Amino acid sequence: MATKQTRALARTMMAPAVIVLFIWMIVPLVMTLWFSFQNYSLINPMMTGFAGWANYVYVIGDPSFTQALVNTLILVGGVLIITIVGGTFLALLLDQPIWGQGILRILVISPFFVMPPVAALIWKNGFMHPGYGMLGHLWKFFGLQPVDWFNQYPLFSVIVIVAWQWLPFATLILLTALQSLSEEQREAAEMDGANAANRFRYIILPHMARAITIVVLIQTIFLLGIFAEIRVTTGGGPGYASTNIAFLVFRTGILSNDIGAGSAGGVVAVIIANIVAIFLMRAVGKNLDA
Amino acid sequence: MGSITLEHVNKSFGEVQVIPDISLDIKDGEFVVFVGPSGCGKSTLLRLIAGLEDTTSGIIKLDGQDVTDAAPAKRGLAMVFQSYALYPHMSVRDNIAFPLKMAKLPPEVIAQKVDYAARTLNLASYLDRRPRALSGGQRQRVAIGRAIVREPKAFLFDEPLSNLDAALRVNMRLEITELHQQLKTTMIYVTHDQVEAMTMADRIVVLNAGNVEQFGSPLDLYKKPANRFVAGFIGSPKMNFVDGPEAAKHNAHSIGVRPEHFKLSTTEGAWKGTVGVAEQLGSDTFLHVQTDGLGLMTIRTDGDQTFKHGDVVYLTPDATRIYKFDAAGKAI
Repeated sequence: MATKQTRALARTMMAPAVIVLFIWMIVPLVMTLWFSFQNYSLINPMMTGFAGWANYVYVIGDPSFTQALVNTLILVGGVLIITIVGGTFLALLLDQPIWGQGILRILVISPFFVMPPVAALIWKNGFMHPGYGMLGHLWKFFGLQPVDWFNQYPLFSVIVIVAWQWLPFATLILLTALQSLSEEQREAAEMDGANAANRFRYIILPHMARAITIVVLIQTIFLLGIFAEIRVTTGGGPGYASTNIAFLVFRTGILSNDIGAGSAGGVVAVIIANIVAIFLMRAVGKNLDA
Repeated sequence: MGSITLEHVNKSFGEVQVIPDISLDIKDGEFVVFVGPSGCGKSTLLRLIAGLEDTTSGIIKLDGQDVTDAAPAKRGLAMVFQSYALYPHMSVRDNIAFPLKMAKLPPEVIAQKVDYAARTLNLASYLDRRPRALSGGQRQRVAIGRAIVREPKAFLFDEPLSNLDAALRVNMRLEITELHQQLKTTMIYVTHDQVEAMTMADRIVVLNAGNVEQFGSPLDLYKKPANRFVAGFIGSPKMNFVDGPEAAKHNAHSIGVRPEHFKLSTTEGAWKGTVGVAEQLGSDTFLHVQTDGLGLMTIRTDGDQTFKHGDVVYLTPDATRIYKFDAAGKAI
C-alpha cells in the first residue's frame, strides 16, 4: 500500500479537482434549496420573501405530481424491460459468426449516436405522424385507420422512442459480457446434456447477471431525467398523460414561470432519484460483488 | 461398454488439413493416451470423438454404433477440460449435479450420486463452496466428479493436469490411474507430456502433424519405436541421433542411442567428448557431452558421478541397443 508521503501527495494533487467538483455540485443545489423556500414567481414579481413549505405543498399536493411520479416509474420500467430483453436477444444474435459482423455491429450501435431531440423528431414526423409517418402509411396499406400515436398512446410512444435509443447501449454491454463467457464452459454444458434453452438459463444468463445489473443501474440514472423526447413530441400531454417528474419541474418552473415551486419540484426529484437508487442497489447491487 | 472406433477420419479447417486420415480401434475399458507435440491434432481428435467438432469425412463408432453425426450429449461421453470449465456461479454440489439435472433424474437419486462421487473424490467437505474458493487440484477433482456421476461410456481428458504444479500433477496422475482401475471405463487422455503418457497408458497413440506415428503399449514404444519421430519423442531425456559415416558403419542412414544406453569411461571408448553441463538430480546425473564430430549428446549416468565442466570422457554405446533408421526415418 501507499506510504504516508505518497498518500499526502496524492491528496494534495487531487484537491483542486475535488474542490471544483464540490463547488460545481453544491452551489446549484443550495440555490435550488434556497429558491424552493422563497416566493419567487416571474408573473408576480411583487410577491417575495420566505414561503415556508408552501411551494412543496403546492407541488406535491397537486394531482399532476402523483401522475408524473407514476409516469416516471412506468417510463423507466418500460424502457428497462424492452432494452434488456431486446438487448439480450440482439446480443445472442450478434454473437453468432456471420458475414459482415463488423458492419452489422456498428449499425446496431448507431442509434446511440443520434441526439435525443433529433431521434424524437425523426420518430415524431418520420414514423408516428398519422398523416405522413411511415407507420401511418403501413396502417393505410392494410386498410386500417392510422393511429395518432402521440394523442392516443402518448406515454407508450415516448417509451418506444427512448427504448430505441437505449437498446444499442444494452446490446453492447450484454454482447461484451456474452463474449467473455469461456468457450469451454459452453462446451462442457453441451457435453453435460444441456440443450440450447438450458444452456441459456443455467450458464449464459447467470454469466450475464453482472452486466445486466450495470445496464439497469446506468440506464435508470439517465431514464429518471428523460426530457428532450417529451419536449419534442408530446409536450407532456395530452393533459399530464406523458409528463414525468423532470418535465413537471420544467412545466412549473419555466412554462408557469414559478421559480419557487419549480425549485421545490427539483428538490423532490432529487429525493425521489435517491430513493430509487437505494432500492435499486439493494435489489440488484449484490450481483456486483465479485 | 465403451469401445471407440475411428475409420478414415479426416478433419480440415477450411484449407488447412489438421487430420488427414486416421483409423483407430480403442477397446472397451482401455486407457489410451494421445501424445504428441503441440499442434499435432491430438486435441482436435479428442474433440471429434466428443462431438464438439464435426468430421470432414470418415466414421466414428461407439460400441459399433455410428455416432459421426450425433450431438455431443447423445454420445454418452464425459469430458474433463484443460481449464476444468466449472460453472463459477454454482456450488460444487450443483456443478457435479448439473449433468444429472439435465438428464431429469429425480432429486433424491441426484443427491445420492453426488454424495457418492464426492466421497470417492474426497470432496465431501467442499460441496457447498463455489469453484473459485477451491485450489487447482480440488477444481480438477470437481471436474472429474462432474464427469463420473453420469456413468459415461468413456471419459475424455483434454490435458487436464497442465494447469497444476509439478507435485500435484504427480498426485493427480496417480489418482486418475487409480480411478481407471476402479471404474474400468474407457478413458482417452490427451497430453503433450510423454511422462504422463508412459506412466498412465495401457496403449499410447503417438501423433505427429495429424498422423498416427505409432499405436502401442508404452514399453513397445520405448523398445521398438516405429520411426525416428517416436524414438525421439518417447523417453526422457531424448534419444541421441547420429547421422553420416558413423551411422553408415551400422548400415543405416541414422542411428539413435538412448541416454541410458551408454558406457562411460575416462580413459577409452568409441566416441571422445568434453563434458558441458552436468545436471545432477541426485538419483541420476544427466551429462551434456560435446563429442568430437558427432554433436551434443545427453548421457544418463548414476547420481554419484562427479564430472565437471570441461572433463574429457569416452562414450561407448551399448551395441545391442542401437536403433537404426533409414533415409525416410523408418526403423530398420
